[in-house]
Amino acid sequence: MESILDKIQLPGSHPAAGIIHYTLHLADNALVIAHRNSEWCGHGPILEQDIALANIALDLVGQARNFYQYAAALIAENNLSSITITEDDFAYLRAADEFKNFLLTEQSNGHWGTTILRQFLFSTYQYFLYRQLQHCSNEHLAAIAQKALKEVTYHVRWSSEWVIRLGDGTAESHQKMQDALNELWPFTDELLTGGLASAANISLDDTLIKTEWTEKITSVIADATLHLPTSRQYVYGGTEGKHTPHLTAMLKDMQYLQRTYPGVEW
Amino acid sequence: MNEWPLWEVFIRSKQGLDHKHVGSLHAADAQMAIENARDVYTRRMEGVSIWVVESKHIHASSPDEAGSLFDPANDKAYRHPTFYDLPDEVKYM
Amino acid sequence: MQQAEPEIIFDDKIEQEIKIEPKDWMPEKYRQTLIRQISQHAHSEIVGMLPEGNWITRAPSLRRKAILLAKVQDEAGHGLYLYSAAETLGIGREEMYDQLHTGKAKYSSIFNYPTLTWADIGAIGWLVDGAAIMNQVPLCRASYGPYARAMVRICKEESFHQRQGFEILLTLGKGSKEQRDMAQDAINRWWWPSIMMFGPPDDSSPHTIQNTKWKIKRFTNDELRQRFVDICAEQVKVLGLELPDNDLKWNEERGHYDFGEINWDEFWEVVKGNGPCNKERLETRQKAWDNGAWVREAASAFAEKRNGL
Ligand SMILES: [Fe+2]
Ligand SMILES: [Fe+2]
Repeated sequence: MESILDKIQLPGSHPAAGIIHYTLHLADNALVIAHRNSEWCGHGPILEQDIALANIALDLVGQARNFYQYAAALIAENNLSSITITEDDFAYLRAADEFKNFLLTEQSNGHWGTTILRQFLFSTYQYFLYRQLQHCSNEHLAAIAQKALKEVTYHVRWSSEWVIRLGDGTAESHQKMQDALNELWPFTDELLTGGLASAANISLDDTLIKTEWTEKITSVIADATLHLPTSRQYVYGGTEGKHTPHLTAMLKDMQYLQRTYPGVEW
Repeated sequence: MNEWPLWEVFIRSKQGLDHKHVGSLHAADAQMAIENARDVYTRRMEGVSIWVVESKHIHASSPDEAGSLFDPANDKAYRHPTFYDLPDEVKYM
Repeated sequence: MQQAEPEIIFDDKIEQEIKIEPKDWMPEKYRQTLIRQISQHAHSEIVGMLPEGNWITRAPSLRRKAILLAKVQDEAGHGLYLYSAAETLGIGREEMYDQLHTGKAKYSSIFNYPTLTWADIGAIGWLVDGAAIMNQVPLCRASYGPYARAMVRICKEESFHQRQGFEILLTLGKGSKEQRDMAQDAINRWWWPSIMMFGPPDDSSPHTIQNTKWKIKRFTNDELRQRFVDICAEQVKVLGLELPDNDLKWNEERGHYDFGEINWDEFWEVVKGNGPCNKERLETRQKAWDNGAWVREAASAFAEKRNGL
């Protein structure tokens, strides 16, 4: 399968390599989970919540676009490609193993509770990340993070309330949420291991993110009368392009038109 | 099955204006009603503040009483500034 | 025959273009007509999310993805505003859903056609939303206040829907041969169902006269249809594409476009539930509703538990 990365000359040693990879990582996270949420449109449990989740998806598509556009600008600035690279090239013309999103974001929707919980685990991470990123040395990333932080603040509020509601709702909803938590928990540690930021010379306090995230998650899960899994069996690999089959399936759908009719305007 | 209650939504479209009734929605509790109102009724920057009240708590005057309630105000023209004839020289009043 | 007093007041309000509000006295038939029409309209909005929703995950650019998601989400909002308006007449949303799911209530037949290609998203925006807007703008002056106000909000939001669809077709029209064919094919499939959206011809439209008298309806089906044909016949030229009607011709004398015979048999078949996707659409709605039951119940239980303290 053709990849846009074949048209970009970006050796790992290039000074801009780190920041480009990190920006793509931030973009991929936002896009992949936005896409997942958008799959719910028209199928939510009640109109009001259908609309709510679509709003979150729209915020996240917006964030992804901002990051992709910045990555494209970096490619142009550094003369890394003989053709003009666009936001869509990154989204539509890379293979699954070229995506750098966390595995959590690509997990399939499951039931409404799984989706809510996935959003809560991710948004909470994104919140503490953006809080630091808005002050980082790269002014472009800082600006995007600063704007997105307001959105994410609401995502955390909305999703945490729903986690509590469903956790402490009925016996059935409680069980469903506990199952979802057990199912998603192995993907959480990947969020907290950082990695790509330092190669981009973005200094973040990973330990602080981990502490803050753990605190928030612990308190919400407790309020939801759920139990944090004790298992330390974690799965990693998303940031290196080692994905679960969910992503391949998702991209097949998402990239279908661009792949079938290459090189045209839409 | 018990349907989520209905809530009336009032939105202040910008600072300095009154909250205005914009419609209704369903929500299980007040917190959710505010968030639903935000997601449903302010997607195009229509608001800066939201009130929600459960519809059952709204007490309305009856249309049958409209005559006795509102018509009597009809003949009190002296409450309105245009009722008074002042010479043109009087300014700023 | 002497009318009861409230009826005289009601007629008088209608006559003087004074809106009827929820608590006002109204003839039972007026209430029932409104419930039927508003709920049908609401159902159309939410069933209408499905054919387009099919393409959100396959939208070919991030810009298109955001636009389409926002558009389909708007339709959910429209459904919600309309259900709310109907609820002021004394019917609950769940009851209306029940009528939809059991096939007792109808929704616009147009949504029983499949969306086969990306160009369908363009054709739906241009033609289906276009026809809907044509129908809806006069409803902003409908005699029932909550309905009219919901329509004002809806019409405001609709304005980008048709434009985004037209823009999709415009881009495809300027694109590769495959893209142009795709666009033309979509127009061919959506044109006739779209002009059927105005409903049966005036001489066989059972509700038109009473609804016009009550000022729920302002123009007849045929009047609106003609206006729509006139506009589209011009707009399609900008696209460099064609409407699939050999009889489409400007009639100088009438000052309107003449157009071909509509296949009303097809229309009634789809209304009766024999369209290509009737079953699928209803099953999808029913499934979403059923799958969400535990969520709705949990939120109710939680509210009772925590707020009851
Ligand atoms: Fe609509
Ligand atoms: Fe629309």
